[in-house]
Amino acid sequence: MISHVAWLIPLAPLAAFILVILWGERLPGRGAVVSIAGIVLAGAAALKVLAEVIGGARADVTYTWAVVGSRPLVVGFVVDPLSAIMLAMVGVVATLITVYSVGYMTGDPRFPRFFAYLSLFQFSMLFLILADNFLFIYMGWELVGLCSYLLIGFWFERPAAARAALKAFITTRVGDFSMMIGILLLFLGVGSLRFDEIFRAIDLGGFGGPALTLAAVLVFGGAVGKSAQVPLHVWLPDAMEGPTPVSALIHAATMVAAGVYLVARVYPLFLFSPGHTALTVVAYIGGITALFAATMGVVENDIKRVLAYSTVSQLGYMMMGLGVLGYTAGMFHLITHAFFKALLFLGAGSVIHIVATNNMKQMGGLAKAMPVTFWTFLAATLALTGIPPFAGFFSKDAILLAAYAHDKALWLLGAAGAFLTAFYMGRLCWYTFAGEYRGGDPGAAGHGAAGSGHGAGLHESPAVMTIPLAILAVFAVFLGWAGADILGNPFERFIHFERVAPPPGNTGLLVGSILIAVAGWLAAGAVYVWRIVPSEELRRRFHGLYTLVVHKYYVDDFYGWLFLGIGGLVIRLAGAFDRYVVDGLVNLAGWLARQLGLGLRYAQTGREETYLLLVFLGVLIIVLVRVAW
Amino acid sequence: MPTLTHYLVLSALLFALGLFAVVTRRNSVAILMGIELMLNAANVNLAAFNRFAAPGELQGQIFALIVITLAACEAAVGLALVLAAYRSLETIYVDEINVMKW
Amino acid sequence: MTGEALAFYVLAALTLASGLVVVTSPNIVHSAVALVPSFLGVTGLYVLLNAEFLAGIQILIYAGAITVLILFVIMLTEGGTGMRARQRNEQGPIGAAVAAAMAVLLITVATHTAWPRGAGTLPAYTTAAIGRSFLGANILVFEGTSIVLLVSLIGAIIIARKEE
Repeated sequence: MISHVAWLIPLAPLAAFILVILWGERLPGRGAVVSIAGIVLAGAAALKVLAEVIGGARADVTYTWAVVGSRPLVVGFVVDPLSAIMLAMVGVVATLITVYSVGYMTGDPRFPRFFAYLSLFQFSMLFLILADNFLFIYMGWELVGLCSYLLIGFWFERPAAARAALKAFITTRVGDFSMMIGILLLFLGVGSLRFDEIFRAIDLGGFGGPALTLAAVLVFGGAVGKSAQVPLHVWLPDAMEGPTPVSALIHAATMVAAGVYLVARVYPLFLFSPGHTALTVVAYIGGITALFAATMGVVENDIKRVLAYSTVSQLGYMMMGLGVLGYTAGMFHLITHAFFKALLFLGAGSVIHIVATNNMKQMGGLAKAMPVTFWTFLAATLALTGIPPFAGFFSKDAILLAAYAHDKALWLLGAAGAFLTAFYMGRLCWYTFAGEYRGGDPGAAGHGAAGSGHGAGLHESPAVMTIPLAILAVFAVFLGWAGADILGNPFERFIHFERVAPPPGNTGLLVGSILIAVAGWLAAGAVYVWRIVPSEELRRRFHGLYTLVVHKYYVDDFYGWLFLGIGGLVIRLAGAFDRYVVDGLVNLAGWLARQLGLGLRYAQTGREETYLLLVFLGVLIIVLVRVAW
Repeated sequence: MPTLTHYLVLSALLFALGLFAVVTRRNSVAILMGIELMLNAANVNLAAFNRFAAPGELQGQIFALIVITLAACEAAVGLALVLAAYRSLETIYVDEINVMKW
Repeated sequence: MTGEALAFYVLAALTLASGLVVVTSPNIVHSAVALVPSFLGVTGLYVLLNAEFLAGIQILIYAGAITVLILFVIMLTEGGTGMRARQRNEQGPIGAAVAAAMAVLLITVATHTAWPRGAGTLPAYTTAAIGRSFLGANILVFEGTSIVLLVSLIGAIIIARKEE
């Protein structure tokens, strides 16, 4: 029974990080073997824990860290269905991606450091998942943010990468700040940072009302930042500057999911806010993001950016799911999405590794050249767009079901988003894999993103990259059945929130979802494959809308204008203050001293008679003063 | 009958004379002479107080004796300084000794 | 008026008049010589105040040693030949004012205070009493003063000797 010592799981990748960062070059496989060993260990242990938790095991290990005044600071780790399923997902996905990275990053001069950072991230994420109090979760939060910065900016010689890393960090920082205020509010209101104590306080009515809503919304602010929801979504597309395994691991499967995990973990905060205000905020932000990001994905030509917008959109679905009381649906989608989105990114990475470009317009005809990549990618795409019997259908449909039962407007947002998802993914597949290769001389192409230099034309990626793709594809195809109503929905029984009832089944809605997804695919076909309405025509007709979307609704520009504008103003004010007031005061002191000196020097005549006179004059004055008093 | 007050007035006037010499005269020896006058005035004061205000003991006179002794020392050293100054600065007039004047 | 009062006034006049000469004479040698009657006047005052030993010492030291010392220094410096030189510096008015103010202050204080009348009488022969005191209760002062004398003697010699 290892659930009680589950807190040791994060230590394996942490040890790997320390070893690789210090002695990476001299370790076997230039550090990769140690890193893989760390995550394999953690992953295996996580699966064991999952098995135990499915069998009913639970654990909550606490430790009194310090006593502050009269209050003990108790921290700990919790093992329950929520953390167990997340541990297992992170363990499996991270293992596959780490193995894949060996192929992708071959030949990179900073190869060991990459794996060290991956291990550090794995430690941080596992730590975050196991936390049973806000302090630990915040620590893990910040650590994953740091790792994200390090990994996005891994190729820091490229200014775009360095900028993107900074943008990611700062944008999530805004969210983190909101979260910190929320945590402080909770601490002030309840007196503890531990989840179970906070939940108990809310249950007993000790903390509620508008204060609870405020705290919940502020904590959600952190999730908005980390999960790239509107309005803090701007960092995720730019984060694609990092190596593709990073995009797969951090910005598809795990870190961005941390926001959703947080909302699920502290669900009572949202559930018990009066009038479900907090939940409504979560749901609408999620729903709007789902549609908003999907529209931007339609006009992107960079394969990774399309997938990034897709991630933002899908995270929006998860948030929406949680917001409409679809606790199980949201979490299920998180798990399935992790697998097929990771697969999509790794597949894209496989493609990029061979053709050395991200631009879809320069790809094409790769289905024949890279069969494993193509078929696994297709499986993942079908899962994403919600085509049964693939995984995404079950999870996304559960969300739409909950939305329909709760708020029709949200369902509409979700449905529109689903249509666009199918559309842009169809477009992506068409551009990347179908037709003829548009990228110039196939012989010249093919040195991977890490500069391995094949020079042998278009061909499949090495086995170390394609095997993880295959394994992930298995999940993408079959994982959905874990949440299928037909099989009694074992996922629902495993992960559910006691006070939230699952929405009633609605076969009509089910069919409707399938039709919408198929319609999306057909629309893509109509525009790109059969050219019934060619894309140039669409671009011309909806020119204004197209410009708006291509420029990402000018959100980035607006932020830049706002913060640089305000920042510039503050800078100018501060500079003027420093120059005139602060320096002025200092200069004034100096000027005064000088003037005083100039005046007083007349007392030093250097002549004896003056001094004698002054002595007696002084005595006289002293005596007079004494006598007069 | 001269009372204490008479002696005190006398010593005050003598003191004022000495003070005037110190502050006004150019010759450094004259300044030293003024100092001697002031010391004498103080001595008269001391002896007068001893006689009129505290005749049971001789503290005033003893104090005056010590003052005389120290005046002698001070005159000796002071005049030695005047000599030394005269040798290097060629003058004994204090207003001509203004090397330190800014 | 009593003999004592007469004696006092005469001696006071002598002291102050010669003091005036010391202070105002343009001739430095005249000033130095005028010191002698001033000191002699003070000697007389001491006698009036039953301080015979003090009077004796006053003549010995002041009128004798110090005056001679001053005259020697005047001789060794140019004082004797600079008879025509200006003796008063430009601080005259202010100096006079300060001196006058000081005198006024002291006199005012002296006349307006009720000095207490002490008990007891002075001994008939103060010399013996002073001697006993110096070797008895005030021996520390005595010895200290001797040391100061020694030090100033050495100091004066060192300061005033010619450079080789």
